[in-house]
Amino acid sequence: MRELFQRFGGWLASFFLILVAIWLVGMVLAPNLMTLDYALRPNLPPARIGGPEDSYSLANFAYLANEAVHRTIFFKTVWASALVTLTTFVVCYPIAFWMAQRATRAQLSIALMALIVPFFVNEVLRTLGWYIILAYRGPLNAVLLGLGIIERPVRWQGDLGVLAGMVYAYILFMLLPIYNAIESLEKAQIEAARDLGAPVWRIHWRVVIPHAKAGIATGCVFTFMLAAGSYVAPALLGSPGSRWFTEIIYNWFFEGGDWNRGAAYALVLLALCLLVVLVTLRIFRVNLADVAK
Amino acid sequence: MSHSVELSGIGMSFGTTRAVSDVSFKVEAGEFFSILGPSGCGKTTILRMIAGFIQPTEGRVLIGGRDMKGLGPNQRPTAMIFQSLALFPLMPVWENIAFGLEARGISRAERRRKADELLKLIALEGYGERMPGELSGGQRQRVAIARALAVEPGVLLLDEPLSALDLKLRQHMRAELRALQRRTGVTFIYITHDQSEALAMSDRVAVMSAGLLQQVATPRQLYDDPATPFVARFVGETNAIPGRITAIDGGTATLETGLGALRGRAGPGAQVGGQATLYVRPEALIPGTDDANNLPATIDRVDFEGAFALVHGRFDDGAALAASVPSTRLADAPEPGARASFSFQPRHGVVLADA
Repeated sequence: MRELFQRFGGWLASFFLILVAIWLVGMVLAPNLMTLDYALRPNLPPARIGGPEDSYSLANFAYLANEAVHRTIFFKTVWASALVTLTTFVVCYPIAFWMAQRATRAQLSIALMALIVPFFVNEVLRTLGWYIILAYRGPLNAVLLGLGIIERPVRWQGDLGVLAGMVYAYILFMLLPIYNAIESLEKAQIEAARDLGAPVWRIHWRVVIPHAKAGIATGCVFTFMLAAGSYVAPALLGSPGSRWFTEIIYNWFFEGGDWNRGAAYALVLLALCLLVVLVTLRIFRVNLADVAK
Repeated sequence: MSHSVELSGIGMSFGTTRAVSDVSFKVEAGEFFSILGPSGCGKTTILRMIAGFIQPTEGRVLIGGRDMKGLGPNQRPTAMIFQSLALFPLMPVWENIAFGLEARGISRAERRRKADELLKLIALEGYGERMPGELSGGQRQRVAIARALAVEPGVLLLDEPLSALDLKLRQHMRAELRALQRRTGVTFIYITHDQSEALAMSDRVAVMSAGLLQQVATPRQLYDDPATPFVARFVGETNAIPGRITAIDGGTATLETGLGALRGRAGPGAQVGGQATLYVRPEALIPGTDDANNLPATIDRVDFEGAFALVHGRFDDGAALAASVPSTRLADAPEPGARASFSFQPRHGVVLADA
């Protein structure tokens, strides 16, 4: 704080602080408090708002706890997001390692371009791309049929489609933190481990992954939060059997017209995400400050 | 169990760059062998070919008489100590030392016992639980050595491991490395660009320049009998006086130079009528005139260094003069700006054909 004032002088520093305060109060604290307020109140017609029935209760949360279908979808969203996170990690780790330790300068530029350029297109269109690829009469089924790998078209849309779409959508959020972490690992450490007789898996398990721990935790936290809060991929690539919890929240708000219940559902999802983040950080023994870097 | 290392005609090209050409030598089992040369001479490439990090584009590497072709660094009886040491910063010291044993599937208790034994060997008992970052430069150095020795290598490869240390510590570590090598009997191959390091520690030294092997000899031979002009100039200080050989008689060559006829030992390649250079060490130059080999010169400056004074100037033919005069004979040292003459014994000069 003092450093801020020393560097920018009183006026500018105060201005920065006020901006941050406006952001925190106006964009983070106030909406969440309003959501909480909604969640605790019953859904009433406008005329009866403020009347005797309008009192705080946990009824909206209790509704979720007692509604078996919603509860199932909630837990499915949790473990499916975890699966998305794991799959994204498995896809990204080898690419990040190759980019950080093996690729030449030219290869690195090409790889980064190939990874970043698709992100110039917005998320809905990118997901629509997958929608076309995975369509029942789409190119993927055509190629697999043509090669004789499958005998009749596969319905990709559903759990597999959602997984593919999400892994693709969040690849950079996993890749870049891990790449950054592995890039700072001294090559000689890998060589030393090899020279001492360690096979490839042990070099990664004992030297590379511990070094990249903070980056891996960051990537996993990002990907999990984005996956759990995702709407486009399950909406476009899913099937009725692969509904995401965010879709139910959406329904309460915009189709059911019950903002109070929607707010309660949204808060439960938020609480869950925070819990997962904190537990993950504890497991990896990483501080929140390391992730912020 | 220490191994010999034999390089036979090895060469290495990176694309169009020739890093090493046709190098052959044999390091005996249990020898302390140094490879000395300026940076970029190919010495690190040779070490990495012995370790197995790179495969030579031609020639063979034999360790303990076995051809190492196609074997990676984890399959060779070598262990390397890196210039940066490359300790694992997130493992405590004992796990660092025992890492090679862990990779060999040895039990935790046995690893711990072996690590403690090695910690004793490097005089760091009780440091096992510390992290590498908590150790001083010299201590980290010793841990790196212990980690390499833990896998009981037949050959220890050292890539300028002392270059990051300050002078006092470096000199201390030299003595320690030498003692450790004697105690363990492991073959050491030591890479350095620091000639005093190579001369002080090694049984034998290979001198490299621009990817070519110049000479393999004991430190004493390198200094007294350099085989090539490069070795004569690179190892120690020297005075170089160019000329043409007019006679060779019983191993003594007479060289016609801008300073008159000078006599010195005929080195390899010296031929009558050939262009050659006479090399003579600063400490072999004696102030004053003698019967033969008189070198008239002008003095620029005299640097007093304690045990001796270094006299700098130019010979009358333009070549640079460096002479060291013992402090006990400082009265003989000429004054700056003065004319002076130096002489030397023919057996202290060596005549080498110009490359």
